[in-house]
Amino acid sequence: MLEVKDLHVTVEGSEILKGLNLTVKAGEVHAIMGPNGAGKSTLSAVIAGKDGYEVTAGSITFEGRDVLEMEIEERAQAGLLLGFQYPVEIPGVKNIYLLKAALNAQRAARGEGEIPAPEFMKLIKEKVAFMKMDTSFLQRAVNEGFSGGEKKRNEILQMLVLQPKLAMLDEIDSGLDIDAMRVVADGVNSLRAKDRGILLVTHYQRLLDFVVPDKVHVLVDGRIVKSGDAELARELEARGYEWLLEETAA
Amino acid sequence: MSEVQNDVTRFLDRLAERAAARGPEPTWIAARRQAGAARFEAMGFPHRRVEQWKYTDVRAIARGDFALAADGEFSQASAAALTLPIEAHRLTFVDGVYSAALSHLDDLPAGVRLLSLSQALAENHEAVGGPLGRLTGVEFSPFSALNTAFMEEGAVLRLAPGTVVEKPIILQFLSRANAAPVMSHPRILIEAGGRSQATVIEHHVGEVAAANFTNLVEEIMLDRGAILTHYKLQEAPLGDLHVASIQVEQARDSRFTSFNLNLGGGLVRTDLVADLNGQGAETHFNGLFYGQGRQHVDNHTLVNHNAPLTRSSENYKGILDDRAHGVFNGKVIVKRDSQKIEAYQNNANLLLSDRAEIDTKPELEIYADDVKCSHGATTGQLDEEAIYALRTRGIDEQTARGLLTLAFAGEVMEQVDLDAVSERVELAVAGKLPERFNLAGLVEAAVALGEQ
Repeated sequence: MLEVKDLHVTVEGSEILKGLNLTVKAGEVHAIMGPNGAGKSTLSAVIAGKDGYEVTAGSITFEGRDVLEMEIEERAQAGLLLGFQYPVEIPGVKNIYLLKAALNAQRAARGEGEIPAPEFMKLIKEKVAFMKMDTSFLQRAVNEGFSGGEKKRNEILQMLVLQPKLAMLDEIDSGLDIDAMRVVADGVNSLRAKDRGILLVTHYQRLLDFVVPDKVHVLVDGRIVKSGDAELARELEARGYEWLLEETAA
Repeated sequence: MSEVQNDVTRFLDRLAERAAARGPEPTWIAARRQAGAARFEAMGFPHRRVEQWKYTDVRAIARGDFALAADGEFSQASAAALTLPIEAHRLTFVDGVYSAALSHLDDLPAGVRLLSLSQALAENHEAVGGPLGRLTGVEFSPFSALNTAFMEEGAVLRLAPGTVVEKPIILQFLSRANAAPVMSHPRILIEAGGRSQATVIEHHVGEVAAANFTNLVEEIMLDRGAILTHYKLQEAPLGDLHVASIQVEQARDSRFTSFNLNLGGGLVRTDLVADLNGQGAETHFNGLFYGQGRQHVDNHTLVNHNAPLTRSSENYKGILDDRAHGVFNGKVIVKRDSQKIEAYQNNANLLLSDRAEIDTKPELEIYADDVKCSHGATTGQLDEEAIYALRTRGIDEQTARGLLTLAFAGEVMEQVDLDAVSERVELAVAGKLPERFNLAGLVEAAVALGEQ
């Protein structure tokens, strides 16, 4: 589904990713862990298409398409969706506008017509209830004045409505209390499907107690230095990253 | 005779015709008319060399030949389609002529007098003659002089002390598609007694092909602690020409909130002036203007802080497309002894086309030393980070820009308490945005959700 090969990325002249390889297949949940500054957020930003990241070598393909050649919105329309670590506040743009515009853009890209209003209403109300959010959120401006937890729930809500093929979640667990964590984790777990890939980028193992990954990768200094199963995350939690850094250096 | 004199003479001829057709009037009205005509004759139409009119060319008005409407006929069905869907007390004017049939005054609460100017004059002309013209005299502008010379119809609203009017009061001005253009000079007088509260909506709307000239003067007096929310919803046809001056006098602890929402009209000039004369008085000016085609929208506002401990805020937003031209001139004057006042002013504009134009001029004149004032004007770009965030959801760049443009207008509309007004304006703005923004159906979804 997603294939990242030998990816080298520079930001403002310094190389952040130094030959990263990653393959995510449909039905799998991958977690990318690593110390601060390892390049975790850079990876998701490059896949989403954020400005300011220069790919100097390597490739990213999604279902056989060259992601780096796609416009930002095309990537999302194709089913490649990023949930932000710091969701942007968009004053004045109501959540419901964003959801409807995004859903219709996706449908248009698939050659489908706009979603009928009653169907749309039913869909979003169901998803809002699942995320334990009040429907008044739909009328509020995107993320404006939301608490940290509300912003993260809102990111997951977008995922639930847009049903991406590959959901990337960048530090979705940061800033969440335990209750919000459960709701967010329930949301992520509900996204698990045999035709969908999920890529979690996280610093801590905590989230992985709720969303158990199939594969765990450790990103250190721009490369994946170790891959394993959920057990690897628990080992990192217990031992920290130091031993891996030493192992890599050796 | 020069062309300019010709223009003035044409209007004075109309005035003479009207005077000949009119019956006898109380002497004070005749005297005011004469003063108005004399002033107008002396000044002529304002020229762009005059600072107040630097950016607004009124030749479309000056060179027009406008009759006065002979009647106020308007079909109930077409009027219903134009009327704001709000349960309200309503006075309707058709090309300036009062229409009892399209008015709704059945259930006025005790303490409220709402009637047409002609009725008010017939009932007790002296009670009108006292306050009328006290705030807006013939010297305010050539247009106020012209209004005074012609004034016959309009609205009088009086609120007894302590009266709280629950339903909004709508003053509806309908413009017809006449064979030949007409003009009207509505005069509005509002006297709000101590601690009274009301919402007044001045609504200008009409038939698409209309091309008339409205020259309105409105005087609003707020007694101690009175609270008035005033909407000027300008949805007139694109051929309409419109000049209005609204002056507000505020006593101690009174509060005036204005929403000046400009969507229609080919040429619209509004002067809004508040005099904060008593401690604790506050005034809030909110404005939104959307110009497209060759629309010209000029907003001149003035707040006079004449007393200490008064507060004012102003937030005007403009969106201009095609070859539209917007003007914002916001002035705040703080008198020498007006200490501890607060005055905030902001004007932000978005230009959607290279040929659209905005002239913005915030002005502060402060003669007191213990004040909190700020002002700012931006003509701006949309937030690129927000555009990126929307694109990562699959929304194309143009639609993202459309959403943010709608949001830009939304910041003013958020302050509006009347859902029927904010939804109507939001739908209108969404509908006006260039098709490339692809927003059809979005706003409707939000409105539908709100109704459930």
